Amino acid sequence: MSMPETVIKVDGLSKQYRYGVIGHGTLYKDLESWWARLRGKEDPNVRITEHIGPGLDGEWFWALKDVSFEVQRGEVLGIIGRNGAGKSTLLKILSRVTTPTTGVVKIKGRVASLLEVGTGFHQELTGRENVYLNGAILGMTKVEIRSKFDEIVDFSGLEKFIDTPVKRYSSGMYVRLAFAVAAHLEPEILFVDEVLAVGDVEFQKKCLGKMEDVAKEGRTILFVSHNMAAIRSLCRRTILLDKGELLMDSATNQVVAYYLGQNLLEGAIASAEEIEARMEGLIRRKHPFIRFREIAMLDRSGVARRSFNSDEDIVVSVTFECLQPIPQVYIRVTVVDEDALPVLESLNLDDSSMAKSSHQLAPGIYNASCVLPKNTFGGRQFFLTVHLVYLKTEHLFVNKILEFDVMFKGYNNEYVPNYDVFIRPRLSWAIRPGYRERLSTSRI
Amino acid sequence: MDGTYREQEKWDLVIQPRKQWFDLHLQDLWRYRDLISLFVKRDFVTFYKQTAFGPLWYIIQPILITVVFNIVFSKVAKISTDGIPSFLFFLSGNVAWGYFASCFDQASGTFVKNASIFGKVYFPRLTAPVSVVVINLVKFGIQLTLFIGFYIYFIASGSTVRPTLFILLLPVLIFQMALLSLGMGILVSSLTTKYRDLTFVMTFAVQLWMYASSIVFPASRVPEKFLPFYMANPMASVIELFRYSFFGKGIHDPFYIAVSWAVTIMVLFGGIMLFSRIEKSFMDTV
Repeated sequence: MSMPETVIKVDGLSKQYRYGVIGHGTLYKDLESWWARLRGKEDPNVRITEHIGPGLDGEWFWALKDVSFEVQRGEVLGIIGRNGAGKSTLLKILSRVTTPTTGVVKIKGRVASLLEVGTGFHQELTGRENVYLNGAILGMTKVEIRSKFDEIVDFSGLEKFIDTPVKRYSSGMYVRLAFAVAAHLEPEILFVDEVLAVGDVEFQKKCLGKMEDVAKEGRTILFVSHNMAAIRSLCRRTILLDKGELLMDSATNQVVAYYLGQNLLEGAIASAEEIEARMEGLIRRKHPFIRFREIAMLDRSGVARRSFNSDEDIVVSVTFECLQPIPQVYIRVTVVDEDALPVLESLNLDDSSMAKSSHQLAPGIYNASCVLPKNTFGGRQFFLTVHLVYLKTEHLFVNKILEFDVMFKGYNNEYVPNYDVFIRPRLSWAIRPGYRERLSTSRI
Repeated sequence: MDGTYREQEKWDLVIQPRKQWFDLHLQDLWRYRDLISLFVKRDFVTFYKQTAFGPLWYIIQPILITVVFNIVFSKVAKISTDGIPSFLFFLSGNVAWGYFASCFDQASGTFVKNASIFGKVYFPRLTAPVSVVVINLVKFGIQLTLFIGFYIYFIASGSTVRPTLFILLLPVLIFQMALLSLGMGILVSSLTTKYRDLTFVMTFAVQLWMYASSIVFPASRVPEKFLPFYMANPMASVIELFRYSFFGKGIHDPFYIAVSWAVTIMVLFGGIMLFSRIEKSFMDTV
């Protein structure tokens, strides 16, 4: 009996990213900071992350934390997790685009990675020239590409256009050719990241089929995807990453079920760490006045959720801290779409009770809540952006910090077309016989 | 069963935090030589697909600069050109300098220009600047032909300049320029990942460097006591040798040649070391 052979061994892998000052990006600013420090003045180029209060991780952020696993030859391993869980960082380290902070990865066999199809395609070159260029970028020699050339062209179905510059290709053709090159790499180990999210359904099936073939030939695949159906059909074993840590490593069905269950509840609360990590804005003073502590989406009973029916109120809860007494705070909640285009907006001062009271906020923790009334949204996905402003001194905001879904329930339980619409309030209608009523013209 | 037997197995690739300065992976560059040739081919093909004016510009540009230099430095400032016809003197300097300067300039954009592709796939990053140095030989070839054309014309019409045997070492000179511009290019390219505004300083610095490289005056005009410092600039030595090959005038002291090679090698290794250090972490800083 042949021994199962470990071909990838990941041991204690961590990756730390640094936010804020790595160097200001320009020599000029570095000199400016140095000059200011020399004169004992305040550094004019200090960034947000240098002012973070105690208890937070400061400028450092762990994209991966102590991840260890092994992969046997011929295994197809799925990697799932929410956005920012560290999946892409893991693949980037494995494919040597970036280095780990600590830990070791050992790999046996030839590796190829597909973090994106069509890397290095040049618009002016023909399909043929791009096949060679792209193949070489992915690590093939000219001889290898030549021997596979016909197969690649055949798989892409672009025989007729192979000598046309790719700038004349449609985006679908482009992707097909790019995937065809990648699919014929014949590495012993293949890393794949979401490439199946592109192309038409027919071609996606073809790609999945090709990956199954590759797996059957005894090659090893690491497959990152949000597509649970694809993960289920390709991988027997799956690992789940969460906030950079390996949360689960088990049979695919088990891991996917757990992930889907957990996903419904989680993601409705953004912690102070998550907010700090993604915070943007303007800070004029060294000592902060206000800081976010938590942002959450709740239903009327106070349970954090990320999916709502259209006939439910949604409560946006913003917890913040005042570190020094301030006369007034502005909180702006904006519902945006996936491209960050605003759909709906509300400011705390819109509420007359808020506007009048210029009550001083003493240092301490405060919670502001705002109700997005039921029967407002259409059925789709939305995101939440929150601004926290203290006059002109501090303007903090987090873009798309939370994601939520609205299921449109319909108003009369009858005809409920599910259009991808943002706002679907209940409006009043009337149908009467005849033309519209005319006002008598004598008044004019 | 023995649980530790696997520890002795051989791994093809070990990825770990980068600590050593001398971990250069130069054998990878050799393994990816086909990629270098395809990069060169890509640039060559896209160059050909340009309008006719592109290649024409390669000829017009050095002639224009040479004419201007000729007027300013030879006719107005009356700088001696050691008996070399001043037009040939300036043209030779411009053609050689042109190769060095455009390699330097393009190689110094390596990281910034290739950021998107570097972020997606691993291949030895040095393939990009190396291919720059190779593709620029095309432009250099065109300009060198132009220069040789004028050179033959001048000899035919009675000029006394004659080539020396040094001309056989011309490929070595070109090779040295390639190494030096590669070294400088990747050095600056690595620094620009930290300091973006260095790009602006670059243009200016290359200009200044040109004036210290025997382009507009021969090294024989440099006062004796400054000459050793002047010749520490490897490009000054290269240009002097270039002129010596064609005209029989110019500094060709073996000591200065050795110094210029020493500086070139130092710059190149310094560049490669910094470059391979930056290439590992570069994706985290953009």
